[in-house]
Amino acid sequence: MAGHSNYVPQSAAAKWLESRLPVISLMRGSFVDFPTPKNLNYWWTFGGILFFMLIAQLITGIVLAMHYTPNAGLAFDSVEHIMRDVNFGWMLRYLHSNGASMFFIAVYIHIFRGLYYGSYKAPREISWILGVIIFLIMMGTAFMGYVLPWGQMSFWGATVITNLFSAIPMVGDAIRTWLWGGFAVDNATLNRFFSLHYLLPFMIFGVVILHVWAFHTTGNNNPTGVQPKTKQDTIPFHPYYTVKDFFAIIVFMIVFAWFAFYVPNYMGHPDNYIEANPLVTPAHIVPEWYFLPFYAILRAVPDKLGGVAAMFGAIAVLFVLPWLDTSKVRSGAYRPLFKQFFWIFALNAVALGYLGAMPAEGTYVLLARICTVYYFAHFLIILPMLGFLEKPRPVPTSISEAVLKSGSGKPAGAAAAPETK
Amino acid sequence: MSTMIKMVRSLAAVAAIAAATPALAAGEAPHIEREQWSFSGPFGFYDRGQVQRGLKVYREVCASCHGLRQVAFRNLADYGGPSFTEDQAKQIASEYTVVDGPNDDGDMYERPGILADKFPSPFPNEQAARASNGGAYPPDFSLLAKARAGHRGFPWFVFDAVTQYQEQGPDYIYALLTSYPEDNPACLGEDIDGYYNPKFLGGSVTAEECAHEHLTGGPIGMAPPLSEEIVEYTDGTPMTVEQYARDVAAFMMWAAEPHLEERKKIGFRVMVFLIFFAGLLYFTKKKLWRNVDH
Amino acid sequence: MVHTDQAEPTRRDFLYIATGAMGVVGAGALVWPFIDQMNPDASALALASIEVDVSAVEEGQSITVKWRGKPVFIRNRTETEVEEAKAVPVADLKDPLARNANLPADAQATDPNRGVAGQENWLVQVGICTHLGCVPIGDSGDFGGWFCPCHGSHYDTAGRIRKGPAPENLLIPPLEFASDSTIKIG
Repeated sequence: MAGHSNYVPQSAAAKWLESRLPVISLMRGSFVDFPTPKNLNYWWTFGGILFFMLIAQLITGIVLAMHYTPNAGLAFDSVEHIMRDVNFGWMLRYLHSNGASMFFIAVYIHIFRGLYYGSYKAPREISWILGVIIFLIMMGTAFMGYVLPWGQMSFWGATVITNLFSAIPMVGDAIRTWLWGGFAVDNATLNRFFSLHYLLPFMIFGVVILHVWAFHTTGNNNPTGVQPKTKQDTIPFHPYYTVKDFFAIIVFMIVFAWFAFYVPNYMGHPDNYIEANPLVTPAHIVPEWYFLPFYAILRAVPDKLGGVAAMFGAIAVLFVLPWLDTSKVRSGAYRPLFKQFFWIFALNAVALGYLGAMPAEGTYVLLARICTVYYFAHFLIILPMLGFLEKPRPVPTSISEAVLKSGSGKPAGAAAAPETK
Repeated sequence: MSTMIKMVRSLAAVAAIAAATPALAAGEAPHIEREQWSFSGPFGFYDRGQVQRGLKVYREVCASCHGLRQVAFRNLADYGGPSFTEDQAKQIASEYTVVDGPNDDGDMYERPGILADKFPSPFPNEQAARASNGGAYPPDFSLLAKARAGHRGFPWFVFDAVTQYQEQGPDYIYALLTSYPEDNPACLGEDIDGYYNPKFLGGSVTAEECAHEHLTGGPIGMAPPLSEEIVEYTDGTPMTVEQYARDVAAFMMWAAEPHLEERKKIGFRVMVFLIFFAGLLYFTKKKLWRNVDH
Repeated sequence: MVHTDQAEPTRRDFLYIATGAMGVVGAGALVWPFIDQMNPDASALALASIEVDVSAVEEGQSITVKWRGKPVFIRNRTETEVEEAKAVPVADLKDPLARNANLPADAQATDPNRGVAGQENWLVQVGICTHLGCVPIGDSGDFGGWFCPCHGSHYDTAGRIRKGPAPENLLIPPLEFASDSTIKIG
């Protein structure tokens, strides 16, 4: 990381610090002088957007924790206290709850960008795997955060998801009881979820540093997928990408502000404004929208253990993706067949999201099964075979060449995240 | 296939309610009309007179069964609500009896309400409420306008994000209160448990005899609460069931979302700022990148 | 921006300055909600004033009530106590100021300035030692008033500091008699 720094300490104090802790040259090497491919399109700004969202969630979350009470008898009312009495409390809570959704929108776009441009392929496997780990921790954090308001969906969502673990043979029940700290989701569960919800974002932060470190070691991928060859292929990160990312973050904030200020409950569920009641289950439990594709996969399998295994398998398959894609060409921009299958996969993911929100009955189950099979087939059959069957278009010899041919370096990008209410 | 859709729709509708009676058979999901409200849209605000009238309807009709436990009397004088003066809010508070204590003898005692108190609930707990209401639980009003929503299928829910439709709660409350039929449908017979309401999301019609009537909604525990001139309006507003329903629905929206006006006002400033800032950044970015082929 | 050979800001500089200035304004506006959220909330402010029924407090008795999370001593002083307090010249006091929120900040710490206006037997003060915040004990100390056990501060029958490390007299909160028998504090 530090190797890219052009930093030469000038003042005596800077020299003193540099010889003891070269933090300035490290930061400059990573975020100022860092040579970045000059052809990154706007789909690449989502990394910066995600970093901004992580910080935004951390700050609003720490502030909300100053007013929230993680006790089953008080949690619901303490959230209402935040909404009604705390200065700007309504704003902080709406920013945090909608921030979670915006975070997932950005992360899904980021993942699909990586899928399209082959960012997971050698030599960036570690960066990709770290990304999948971040995604997993994010899901855990979001799930536990949704439990905290202690509404009906919080409670029953927690019950359903923790019950997944009971599917594990032999030790399932013991694990579930251990997760609950009792014989049902109750005060002990809420308390530990609060503690972990506070902890996990800092773990995400740590893994994010590794994630960035990894792709700064290999260099960024870019829309052509061709490694930078000469100095003409790269530009320093600052000011070029700082200003571009900053612009993208502000545009993203416009969408964020739209939700947080004008339709703050759009992403939520009305049932969560009813306090948790362990005696009455809402007739139709749906997770937050960002879990819906995985929820659909869970329900598509008619066996308890099988469903849980399929759901976790849907994420596990991402870990081995770098070795499933056999194509020698990195960027999807030069892979005509892959491109088509990519869009089918994206549509399939949106369809899974929609089916996750529908009742598990009749045609919906059948469709969910087809989509689930296709989801796995894309990774396990289509991608390995495409490498052999597909005849890729000629790849430019360098980034500069691609850029000069104008347009070919900037193919249409990744798909939007599946979004259903 | 069409029965399939019906089943799915009814199930999805039932999903929107928490303390719902379990759906035993398929009925049709009620259609909830979208109403006009002063508080909808980016410049929405609460009509002061309407919220004050709604409070009056609540106090004189609803409050005997429904609580309002999250709302404090001081809120009545807050910005962006009924906006009473502090003295008027104090006056309303003092008309309530609040249990306080323990005093120096260790006993709880009653005293008139003050601004810092919240609205006392009509029943001490859910069990007492059910016991007094034939097993039905009159839900607390504090958040009800955000805790109820009719089902919006695809593609409507996509448009809702753009058109800022967030008033499903008051729309439902208005529809429910104005849709009690004069008589229960004949096919239901005499012994239905409650009062049939075609807009009620929490129930369904299970009687075999009604299978071909296409009845939406179902029996609700609450008797029709409103009737003409049941509450006296002094400002010349018509004293009709529709008007009462509109006013109390607006009041409930305020109770559930008291900072709505502030939120939308700040939101507008945030939007204007962000759009200008994004514009400036766009040109800054263009200037910086002018010499780079990319 | 590095200015090399031009002193006048160019149009490009103006764009950068405007963008930067807008960013600073936005950051400033964004910070405020995060600071203000730690201020007392609406429910805490609503409890800022209390009304206390003192009809049962006989001469020579005290009660302690809670106001803004702090103890407030309400004492119905005996005539002797009032006389003792009146007899002390202001010049002898460690803190010559009344510390009475109902009077101007420079009011003298005479006994009438400490008691409730017009009803001098009543003494209402925040029961927090002005040294480091402990609660003093009533009817004790070298001056027949209050004594703080934490670091040995002695207050007289008008709640004025006479001996020990405390720098100021006990604070008198904003108050008034709402009726003959109720005191409104805050």
